[in-house]
Amino acid sequence: MTNLTLTEDETMLVDSARGFLDEASPVGKFRELRDAGKAYNPALWKQMADLGWTGVLVPEDQGGIDMGHSAANLLAQEMGKTLVSSPFISTAVMAATALRQVADNPRAAEALGKIASGDLTYALALDEGVKHAPHNTQMQAERVGNGFSLSGEKTFVVDGGSADRLLVLARTGDDDGALTLFDIPADRDGITRTAQNMIDARDSAQISFDGVEATGEDVVGSVDQAMSVLNPALRAGQAALAAEMTGLSSGAFGMTVSYLQERKQFGVLIGQFQALQHRAAHLWSDIEVTTSTIANAGRMMDEDPDNAALAVSLAKAKACQTAKLAVMEGVQMHGGIGMTDAFDMGFFMKRARVAQEWLGDYGYHAEQIAKIKGY
Amino acid sequence: MPFDTTNPEKLRAEIRAWLAENCPAEMQDGDTTADSICWGGRNWTFQSDAQKQWLDVCAENGLTCPTWPQEYGGAGFDRDQEKVWLSELDRINARLPLQSFGIWMLGPALLHFGSHEQKLHYLPPITRGEIRWCQGYSEPGAGSDLASVQSKGEDKGDHWLVNGQKVWTSYADKADWIFALIRTDKDAPKHKGISFLLFDMQSEGVSTRPIKLISGASPFCETFFDDVKVPKDQIVGTENRGWDVAKYLLTHEREMISGGGSGRGAGRSLAKVLADAGHDLSEASLRTEAIACDIEEMSVALTIERYKDQAAGGKGVGDASAMLKYAGTELNKRKHELFMSAGGSEALQWDGATGSLPADWLRTKANSIEGGTSEVMLSIISKRVLGLPG
Repeated sequence: MTNLTLTEDETMLVDSARGFLDEASPVGKFRELRDAGKAYNPALWKQMADLGWTGVLVPEDQGGIDMGHSAANLLAQEMGKTLVSSPFISTAVMAATALRQVADNPRAAEALGKIASGDLTYALALDEGVKHAPHNTQMQAERVGNGFSLSGEKTFVVDGGSADRLLVLARTGDDDGALTLFDIPADRDGITRTAQNMIDARDSAQISFDGVEATGEDVVGSVDQAMSVLNPALRAGQAALAAEMTGLSSGAFGMTVSYLQERKQFGVLIGQFQALQHRAAHLWSDIEVTTSTIANAGRMMDEDPDNAALAVSLAKAKACQTAKLAVMEGVQMHGGIGMTDAFDMGFFMKRARVAQEWLGDYGYHAEQIAKIKGY
Repeated sequence: MPFDTTNPEKLRAEIRAWLAENCPAEMQDGDTTADSICWGGRNWTFQSDAQKQWLDVCAENGLTCPTWPQEYGGAGFDRDQEKVWLSELDRINARLPLQSFGIWMLGPALLHFGSHEQKLHYLPPITRGEIRWCQGYSEPGAGSDLASVQSKGEDKGDHWLVNGQKVWTSYADKADWIFALIRTDKDAPKHKGISFLLFDMQSEGVSTRPIKLISGASPFCETFFDDVKVPKDQIVGTENRGWDVAKYLLTHEREMISGGGSGRGAGRSLAKVLADAGHDLSEASLRTEAIACDIEEMSVALTIERYKDQAAGGKGVGDASAMLKYAGTELNKRKHELFMSAGGSEALQWDGATGSLPADWLRTKANSIEGGTSEVMLSIISKRVLGLPG
């Protein structure tokens, strides 16, 4: 029966991840990256590969540890606690999940191996408008001879500035669902990447495609069938991102509770004020409840992936609301210092805002839930 | 017990076959409203033959209290086996055969603190629906500050002589026995002088008076004790250490109030509930609120499941259960506001087409008061879970 608590293996994974990240990537490291104008640290990515994390969803045949989505979510959650910036969700979660749907294809198998070894990063070029809407893709992949010619604009391509390869969603027919997913190198002729100056200081790019050539071999899965490959990848990414946001919420909350226990005003610790105690307790409750939805999403994806859509949208919807509250309360309860750049809480707030939008915000996922449940 | 529990898949098949044979069709109507509950007790009037038949066949097989040991009338199920049982009930929309304070509250406390003899004496009648219990906790001067109870028991050698008054005693007028917090040492600090006593509501000197509420119903009573003799063996745990039992039991009460006991029915869509009541949710604000409530309901139900998994794994949930009570009751109030909105003017009539909705709506307002207010829950979390200063 599905059990929503951690297994022994998962507890060990969490403990070792926390131990490693507290040493290798505390929030201070994120500040260093931000100040240096860098989106992530390739040396840390290599260490994460050595620990097996980049291969958490890669089959053992391709050199991964194949621990499943619950494990991937737990890693994302631990990264979220200290704002670890890396292409983990784009590459190790979403690209790996997409490619393993077609792992019998030798090119996909090779790419999975390189993801596991930390030698290849991916970004997903999906959205074209300001809100997440993969089904509304307008970018055209015109048939030219035996291949395709891709033209159009993608925006908010997370990790798109640094990724080695892109998974690009493009229209190959007039029917609503006639979409195809292409796997192409990010430096192919006709691709122009423009960095977006993001509030969370992480990598995102606006990418234009001007007659970019793609062959039949570049198609992931089948032509006009992008969603059979992309949907599992999107769900995996949404769940992992929800987990990251829950970790982020816990991280911000931990700082806030500590502050309530040390800051004095009117001659007393401000944590003695019932107005603040009750708001902190409410926020803790929200984080606990959200944690349950993350655990459920992981279990559903591992045990019954065809029916995991509701669980994943529930997790992302809750995580968005909770992260928003956690960072707002974080700033408010810290008072003036919470507003300063020298203090870390602002990093949590800005990352929470970006993570809410990426792969669908509360409204998007509430709508998915409404459709599934018949509203 | 008729089931082979060695293997979950086999158990599921056996339960499914057993239900097909033993669960009356009338009990498979998915009715979870208050009126459909079978409470049992000496004075219980069954609503139908099917309700009695369903209770009896479940009780014979330990299935009214499936996780209790078989020797005390349960089925001895572990957490996973209970999940199989509940999910199979859900699959056919079966009602629970029996619900009661004996099952939710006293039973768990007795299993933890009672002697073997007490368990043998008190638990089987609960599982068979023969004895209905009520909870004598709150008093006029002891609400949120429960440990201030003043009802007193004087030591008379072979018995205590109990005098005092309880209030907000749920269904005291319908209950057969009471478990009550009685002060047996008036000189000790307030938490250290309370005993957890059990006695028959038919004892001489016990009387009840129902309290009419804003819903029109009277689920609560004032309960009076006037020289009630309680034999010395009718105590759970140690004399003057009843607060330990009370706290343990409150944890179970919180879980019950938060999730209707088991989190069952949470898979049901609020959309369906509203559609069945004739609302199309065409108004944007109603639809938005319905979806938000649905999201919250699924999330809280999952949290109840997660906490139960954690408890079954030997890690007590303890004070964190205050969160379930807080989140669950606030959600229930919010949902009933939505239902009233969706019901419009029809829901403003006591006897309108929305049935008991107006009374149910008013009843939910007590959810965040009874069993510890939302504010008490938040204080428990902030002090005992988060460690914020007193």
